[in-house]
Amino acid sequence: MHELSIVEGIVTAVTESLANRPVSRVYTVRLQVGALSGVVEEALQFSYGIATRGTILEGSILDVDHIPVVIHCDICDGDFELPGVQSFRCPACDTPSLQIRRGRELEILSLEVEEDEVEEDNDHQNCRTAPGRAEEE
Amino acid sequence: MTTRIVELRRGVLKKNDQLAAELRARFHAAGILVLNLVSSPGAGKTAFLERTLRELRHLGARVAALVGDLETDNDARRLASTGAPVRQINTHGICHLDAEMVGRHLEGWQPAHLDYLFIENVGNLVCPSSYDLGEDIRVALLSVTEGEDKPLKYPTMFNSADVAVITKIDLAEACEFDRAAAWKNIREIRPDVTIVETSAKKGAGFAEWLQFLENERTNRSIAMAQAAAGK
Repeated sequence: MHELSIVEGIVTAVTESLANRPVSRVYTVRLQVGALSGVVEEALQFSYGIATRGTILEGSILDVDHIPVVIHCDICDGDFELPGVQSFRCPACDTPSLQIRRGRELEILSLEVEEDEVEEDNDHQNCRTAPGRAEEE
Repeated sequence: MTTRIVELRRGVLKKNDQLAAELRARFHAAGILVLNLVSSPGAGKTAFLERTLRELRHLGARVAALVGDLETDNDARRLASTGAPVRQINTHGICHLDAEMVGRHLEGWQPAHLDYLFIENVGNLVCPSSYDLGEDIRVALLSVTEGEDKPLKYPTMFNSADVAVITKIDLAEACEFDRAAAWKNIREIRPDVTIVETSAKKGAGFAEWLQFLENERTNRSIAMAQAAAGK
């Protein structure tokens, strides 16, 4: 079970991404998990509660989008979604395929956050971050 | 206060993938073929690697190994008996190796002029599949005592393998190992993958395995020469 390491990766990625934003709370983390990512949602959710304690992600919801495997079939010249991960054959013509188009994802898509409205207001950002400059000009 | 959506689109393993890409570039520049050995515990990775190191050294190849385990340096000591430079990585409970651990254990220890570097992963068919170590070839091992349906049970790992090695083939008869079923299951998960049947005890299949390694090195040299000529 390496989901704890994965959650630590999520915490690091989110913390870094939000470093320059006035975010006071994270409500939801939307994560894409491919069927071939090697990650199990149950273990992920279990680790999430533990590894996010004391971080900006504490109390947030991990919203997981499951991505099925999609292979490309040269014979049919198309991409096909597979029903599982027990066989890597084209569902239309039964030809085995090594070309995996989707299913390996382990990606943070987006965050739902609470931000300080005033500082996020672009019109006034300069005078907020550099007080006094407006007067000089 | 306002609630908003921040688009991120960022891979969770981005850091590992970046480190692995840096390692791969270093290995390529040094002309080293790097193999990552993965299997369940007890499939015979260490015995297989021990014989591989011995035979490659006998052929004059320059080899080294990094070996990952949760605890103990038993495997490193065993592998060092081959005369090859070996380093142990103790993960202290972590169930897989990652690129950072590999990079850290290579510091101050770049055995000069290597032909092959073998990385023996922690015995685990699940977690190591997510972590790129900068290897050229991922070797998934499966012993005849484990059952022919292992590839179906661990499709993520077998799907990411570049070669599948069936170990302990000398025990096949005693285990009533269904060879055809094993091959079929492996190829169902990873079509066309090279499969080699070996016995580290008796030496069966090692000629074929060593030939595979040599071919990979030759292909690599050709590919690198072509890339250089292309520039």
